[in-house]
Amino acid sequence: MASNAAVPFWRAAGMTYITYSNICANLVRNCLKEPYKTEALSREKVHFSISKWTDGKPEKPTIRSDSPEE
Amino acid sequence: MLRRASMLLARQPILAARARPFSTDLPAAPSADATFTEAWTKVIPNMDPPKTPLSFMQPRPPTPSSIPSKLTVNFVLPYASELATKEVDMVIVPATTGQMGVLPGHVATIAELKPGVLSVHEGSEVTKYFVSSGFVFIHANSFADIIAVEAVPLDRLDVNLVQKGLAEFTSKLSSATTDLEKAEAQIGIDVHSALNSALTG
Repeated sequence: MASNAAVPFWRAAGMTYITYSNICANLVRNCLKEPYKTEALSREKVHFSISKWTDGKPEKPTIRSDSPEE
Repeated sequence: MLRRASMLLARQPILAARARPFSTDLPAAPSADATFTEAWTKVIPNMDPPKTPLSFMQPRPPTPSSIPSKLTVNFVLPYASELATKEVDMVIVPATTGQMGVLPGHVATIAELKPGVLSVHEGSEVTKYFVSSGFVFIHANSFADIIAVEAVPLDRLDVNLVQKGLAEFTSKLSSATTDLEKAEAQIGIDVHSALNSALTG
């Protein structure tokens, strides 16, 4: 019972559906016309701030985001 | 293998008896708990009892006995809801098995979408979107939920960028070494050729 169903090529290469779907979405966003393109790219930016806690107090938070410039 | 087949056949009738009904065939759950509301009004008669999430949600209509005339479509994206319970005549979705036309009374289906054009037909007007990928859930009561990660109207796409991307990924495929790179290049080619045919077709 090596491979029962016909798996899609990305699954066979070890990629999950979410990765595949996000890659497709990014490619489509990159092909947009100008004003829409910048809106779309900014929409998908992820920022989060992490703070480590020691002795019940948070230390200074660090802000992380997807793109290295920020 | 044959022994397991006969075991499966023997198990079938039991499974069928315990089969779960589809969500559209069950009666809607009551949105307010009667005992709670009574107890609340006894203690706090002046205030309304708090609303639960269930009371905000509208239950889905049950499957009607005759085919309805319109299809109700919910088309949602992670950041916006494009169409919310819009009544249309037909939608054509780009399923992995090909362009699928959904009319009212369509059999309940779950289909995975591939990058392609989604067209919504209402009367004589057709609205087309390019969908990157997603799923469509068609329920027995002629409700269709289309969920996509990214969907853009066709006039927002730039033909030059599409063709550049297609050429780029075609060359990446020939130079790819690992399976993963090949898969990514193949995805790029699929998406860009779908974009191309959407813009030119």
